[in-house]
Amino acid sequence: MAKYKTKGLDCWGRAKELRMKYYQDYMEAHKRGALRWEGGAWSFDAIPQALEGEVHVLTEEPYGASVGANPELQVKYQEAAEGKWGCARDLCAYLRNYWGSIVLNEFAFGGEWPKADFIFQNHICCSHAKWLQVASEMEGGDIPFFCFDVGVGAFDKIGERQINYVMEQLYDGIEFVERVTGRKVDDEKLIQNVYNTYDSACYWAKTCALNQAIPAPLDEKTMFSLYVLGTLEKSNKDIAHFYKNELYPEVKDRVANKIAAVGDEQCRMLGDSQPPWGFLRIFRYLEKYGVVSIASLYTFSLIGWWEIDDKGKVVPYPTLEEQGITIKDRDHALRLLTEGELKGKLMWAPFYGAKYKNDIVTKIAKQWKCDAAIIHLNRGCEGTAQHQMEMKIALQNMRLPVMTFEGNMADEREFDEGRTTRLIDLFVTETLGLKKVAD
Amino acid sequence: MEASEILKQFSDVWELRHEYAKDWKRRTGGKVVGCMCTYAPEEVLYAADTLPIRILGGHEPPTLATPHMFDMWCPFSRDCLNQGLKGKYNDYLDGIMETNACLHMRQAFGAWVIHVPTPWNYWFVMPNAVRSPRAKTFLHGELADFKKALEKWAGKTITNKDLDRGIDIMNTSRRLMKQVYEFRKQDNPPITGTEAMTMVWASQLMDKREHSELLKQLLQALPKRKLNRNTGVRLMSVGSENDDRPFMEMVESIGGTFVIEDHCTGSRYFWDEVVPNKDRLQAIANRYCDRIPCPNKDWGIEDCSRVRFPHILQLARDYRVQGAILIQQKFCDPHELDIPSLRRYLEDNGIPCYFLEFEVTVPVGQFRVRVEAFMEQIKAEELFA
Repeated sequence: MAKYKTKGLDCWGRAKELRMKYYQDYMEAHKRGALRWEGGAWSFDAIPQALEGEVHVLTEEPYGASVGANPELQVKYQEAAEGKWGCARDLCAYLRNYWGSIVLNEFAFGGEWPKADFIFQNHICCSHAKWLQVASEMEGGDIPFFCFDVGVGAFDKIGERQINYVMEQLYDGIEFVERVTGRKVDDEKLIQNVYNTYDSACYWAKTCALNQAIPAPLDEKTMFSLYVLGTLEKSNKDIAHFYKNELYPEVKDRVANKIAAVGDEQCRMLGDSQPPWGFLRIFRYLEKYGVVSIASLYTFSLIGWWEIDDKGKVVPYPTLEEQGITIKDRDHALRLLTEGELKGKLMWAPFYGAKYKNDIVTKIAKQWKCDAAIIHLNRGCEGTAQHQMEMKIALQNMRLPVMTFEGNMADEREFDEGRTTRLIDLFVTETLGLKKVAD
Repeated sequence: MEASEILKQFSDVWELRHEYAKDWKRRTGGKVVGCMCTYAPEEVLYAADTLPIRILGGHEPPTLATPHMFDMWCPFSRDCLNQGLKGKYNDYLDGIMETNACLHMRQAFGAWVIHVPTPWNYWFVMPNAVRSPRAKTFLHGELADFKKALEKWAGKTITNKDLDRGIDIMNTSRRLMKQVYEFRKQDNPPITGTEAMTMVWASQLMDKREHSELLKQLLQALPKRKLNRNTGVRLMSVGSENDDRPFMEMVESIGGTFVIEDHCTGSRYFWDEVVPNKDRLQAIANRYCDRIPCPNKDWGIEDCSRVRFPHILQLARDYRVQGAILIQQKFCDPHELDIPSLRRYLEDNGIPCYFLEFEVTVPVGQFRVRVEAFMEQIKAEELFA
């Protein structure tokens, strides 16, 4: 008999449907006379999506992750990137999946590689601008390319100068997308897209905040499939609606009714960085011990916006409604978008030092009542793997048991499943003293 | 002084860098600031009467760094941290700064400020979009903030006169090193690639005023210098940080000469000067945005072009390069991202390329066989051309 009630999410099917529609729309865009563009999951999609007419986007990291979930496909694409293009095999694994797809002219969701009409990229990690610079080169060098810089400092260092720098680049970006597409950016659409972005980012954070409840209403393996929508197109009205009006109320209801993600929750785990996507079953393996991964800076803030309140707590960034703000015009929309991303995306803070990551992650561990941490030392992504060893020390200093394992989010050649499950067995039974609750 | 004696002094500074810095402090009473990357605005540091030095590795296995940076981070960054953790800088380093460099050096800096006792640290936000018209204004503001922080820490108001002095110190050094590099264009250069790069490494480790005095003497002495060696195959090396002297010496002992290079421990460090401007900080900002960039910052705002590639090709032509060795520090993403394209670009323009992946310790024996084969290939092509 399980300790808590449990059931699947009612909105699960809707999340899957939105994701498949996104890729389908991108593939079919040209048939419908729509535009398509490439960019990062952190690009400010609200802008190109505000162009007149129908527009669709392919974000690079989620695509790389989708390939990563299929070990056979990932090896095929990576070997193409390494063997045919000649890149190093220690580069970002998503990037190699992406480049390999282009090299083979093959789209993981079917058909030939769908060439974009333009690129609208952001840059904070070493690979961002270069990723699509090379992709454009691979595709003949004729895809118009725009990239803006968001590496202006951590959330607590954001002032007018930082906001202005990004905003000015966004104005340049508008001028660019209008010039290369011959379409205008519709201010009404832009304003709506910024409202949607706030809803996606803030309601995802609110949903994650609900996971402080015992039992946790969501497990991280499920959360991976939910945050992904925000990495695809956070400014999309259906996606924003999903976060605000479908997922959040349902998770709130689960907390009220003590519906657990895992019925036998007996140990709440903190994670970090992307998991090895082809081997998510390790999370199910943990559940046999009643261990549930419930929190990580990565899952919370890849798209979620947060802030540190006066008491030093990690709390969701306020929605525009909560701030009592009505967007007036284009300038106001761009300013709010910039402020939200620069101040709210705590995931960007580790780019400016280990102390930020240590501080935020130890706060999360306390607030979400984590009993232990399992850290995936992710060889596939330097951006999210920053300061992981320092973070381990910081967590250990707060007396949290920590296990690390090396792997790669999207390159199965760098992940040893047998060794990892053995490490889990030892950690869970010997360090945490837990016994299996299910076979 | 003869050229060899001067070059020996550069080599001594490189080998005894900590002793040099400690001695400098004793002599001047000034503060020493470690820089993790060449985007640190040394002009402002000199204006504050501090000594900027580059944090470099020790070419030792980075065992102390491993608990802080697991081994997917580039060996150079781990080696740098390792030097700090070993206490090599404990006696004298007053401050350390980061400049929005690659993620690897950011890791090293992140761990450094927690574990290596250094009284002052500063994160300088160097923009990434250096080709954006917006970057220079942003960087001006960043420099103003940095100047203010430095004034507070160093206890000195930095005037325009101080900034002029800082700019002059840096520009003089750059100009003189470029003049030395001119000698490398000769059929039989009077300075080897190893010696030239040691000169640049020393410039990153010593007071540039003292370095420039030696450079002036070197410029007098070089015309008289004849090296008892054949130049052989004229090579270029391209990559990130490179202070792998045993490798360079090996190549130059088997029939090759490095006549030019593009490294942040080589020409890329000093190639561009500050162009004077009434607004000194703006002049400095312009220089750091316009300099030959690290691949990390080498992307167009509105196109996918790079500025470093044509620059490298021009260097190859000016110095009559017969082959390029593309040196990659293992795990160095910025360069890894560029190398396949650079290789195609250079080869399409008639420059044969050879790729080598470096670690903290270099397998010189294996590399010897490979470089010999590369040079034989170049010579064979010439024979049958």
